[in-house]
Amino acid sequence: MTDTTGADAKVRIRNLYKIFGRAPQKVLPLVKAGLSKTDLLDQHNHVLGIQDVSLDIPEKRIQVVMGLSGSGKSTLIRHINRLIEPTAGEILIDGEDVLTMSASQLQDLRRFKASMVFQKFGLLPHRRIIENVAYGLVVQGKSDADSSKRARHWIDRVGLSGYEDHYPAQLSGGMQQRVGLARALATDAEILLMDEAFSALDPLIRYDMQSILLELQNELHKTIIFITHDLDEALRLGDNIAILRDGAMVQQGDAQEIVLQPADDYIRDFIKDINRGRVIRLGSLASGQAPEGGAVLSGTTLLEDALSQLVDAPGQRLAVSDKTGKVIGAVNLKDALQAMRS
Amino acid sequence: MEFFREFPSLSRAELASLRRSIDGSFRDFTRSWAETLENFFHPLLRFLVWFENLLLATPWPIILLVIGGLCYAGARSWKITAASVLAFVVIGYFGMWDDTMSTLAIISVATFLCIAIGIPVGILMARSDRMQATITPVLDVMQTIPSFVYLIPVVMLLGIGKVPGLIAVCIYAIPPIVRLTNLGIRLVDKDILEAADAFGASPRQKLWGVQVPLALPNIFAGVNQTIMMALAMVVIASMIGVQGLGVPVLRAISNQYLALGVMNGLAIVALAIIFDRVSQTYGKRLQAHRKGHGHD
Repeated sequence: MTDTTGADAKVRIRNLYKIFGRAPQKVLPLVKAGLSKTDLLDQHNHVLGIQDVSLDIPEKRIQVVMGLSGSGKSTLIRHINRLIEPTAGEILIDGEDVLTMSASQLQDLRRFKASMVFQKFGLLPHRRIIENVAYGLVVQGKSDADSSKRARHWIDRVGLSGYEDHYPAQLSGGMQQRVGLARALATDAEILLMDEAFSALDPLIRYDMQSILLELQNELHKTIIFITHDLDEALRLGDNIAILRDGAMVQQGDAQEIVLQPADDYIRDFIKDINRGRVIRLGSLASGQAPEGGAVLSGTTLLEDALSQLVDAPGQRLAVSDKTGKVIGAVNLKDALQAMRS
Repeated sequence: MEFFREFPSLSRAELASLRRSIDGSFRDFTRSWAETLENFFHPLLRFLVWFENLLLATPWPIILLVIGGLCYAGARSWKITAASVLAFVVIGYFGMWDDTMSTLAIISVATFLCIAIGIPVGILMARSDRMQATITPVLDVMQTIPSFVYLIPVVMLLGIGKVPGLIAVCIYAIPPIVRLTNLGIRLVDKDILEAADAFGASPRQKLWGVQVPLALPNIFAGVNQTIMMALAMVVIASMIGVQGLGVPVLRAISNQYLALGVMNGLAIVALAIIFDRVSQTYGKRLQAHRKGHGHD
């Protein structure tokens, strides 16, 4: 299981509150005292966006923030580069407080440290693809020659070579979002903020884009904060998943933790239709005495991938090892199937 | 009962003295500032005279070539270019060449002035709601007040001539460009602006890299409207000494010369249509990037 509380947190969010309305500071104490979102709206005409959210985002991992629409996930991600000002709380990036940054420090943060990919792409319609990808570099003040050289490199990496001189409106949605991704990667920022980046795309293209992202991440090791309302996407991409509801954090952990130990009915409801065999790994089921001889499977093997070997194994039972190769127990076919069902 | 029958108003003597004192103080203001203002506008006058003389002195075939070239550069359409040149040929054939050149001169200079002042004002308006709330009523007054009313102080200050005419034209013609620049910038897609913000664009980078380019189609509609309104002022401007197509129209009104009035009126219409078609097709060409090719 991933340890997310350690010192390797790249971004730390502490007790963050966001209230929308005329006098958010006035109603903040009421919210802290436990006033609910509906009461706040009815009695004070303020909207509760984020409610006491704390989250440590590990370096070089993909942190998914999930929730239905209105859960505050897009509001949360905009706090990290301060596109939205919080009502109360703390945001630290590499130990630096984002909220006390001056305008120019904030500008540098956005230019060099954190780039963003948007649900609606946010491309400049009057500029060609290559100029769009180079946008962040031009804003940084890089020379034209340097920017366009790097832009070409990233256009190639997302598979859009040959489209440099097209305009965004000439490209399909999936291609436009590749441009958005290339633009964000071109600035070499360590942090990538992705706000429902693939939600506007149809399922097949979305799957392709997820593959592109995972492939790039294997090599680039960015700190990625990925917002989504799609659980399959969250489980596929997230090293760590945080689930929001009504602006409050309901549960956080890796995919397996959330599937095996859902915090409440809301999350149980969320995960009821997913393919558990693609989330749960052998390690979490291993128990008892390992059979002598036969193959040893790694604890990180997905249940789905282990099934065929379990069927063929003597007694339909196989030994399971941990990261270091030490045998930690065994799994039999019946248990595996049971775990996939409920 | 007396109170309800007649509206309570200032007495005749009070009103007269009020008007006298306003007129008097404005006259004093005129006496002390007229020369300064005249000197201030002198370079403008010299430029206007120079430009008009240039148009009048240049041989007509060259003017036709330049007009054709400008039309083609703007519209990229042979049809519009040919029609424009033909219109000028007809205008010249009916003896209105010189007046048309004078009108062309004052319209060009007025449009240039309106753009140079109007676009920055529009940008200021777009950047602050308070600025918008202050300037909008001023624009309303400029558009609705009868032109003769502001001709009075302008003529008192600067006398009869080209510069007061130019100022009158500009007062009438500048509101659309200001309004549409403001509107165009305010209508720029919020998602695109947010993206620019997220990449750390400075306010200046946002203005010139995103807002103004994306507002251009609207700004261009404003330029188009400004030209149309400037042309509509040609006759009124001729009342205070501006040469051009308005002068014969004015003469036709006072002497009931039907043919003279109609001919010069149609020449103004022809100019308006040429300006309109060329600037509109140019504006449309600026938006070419918005069209996709089979993708949604």
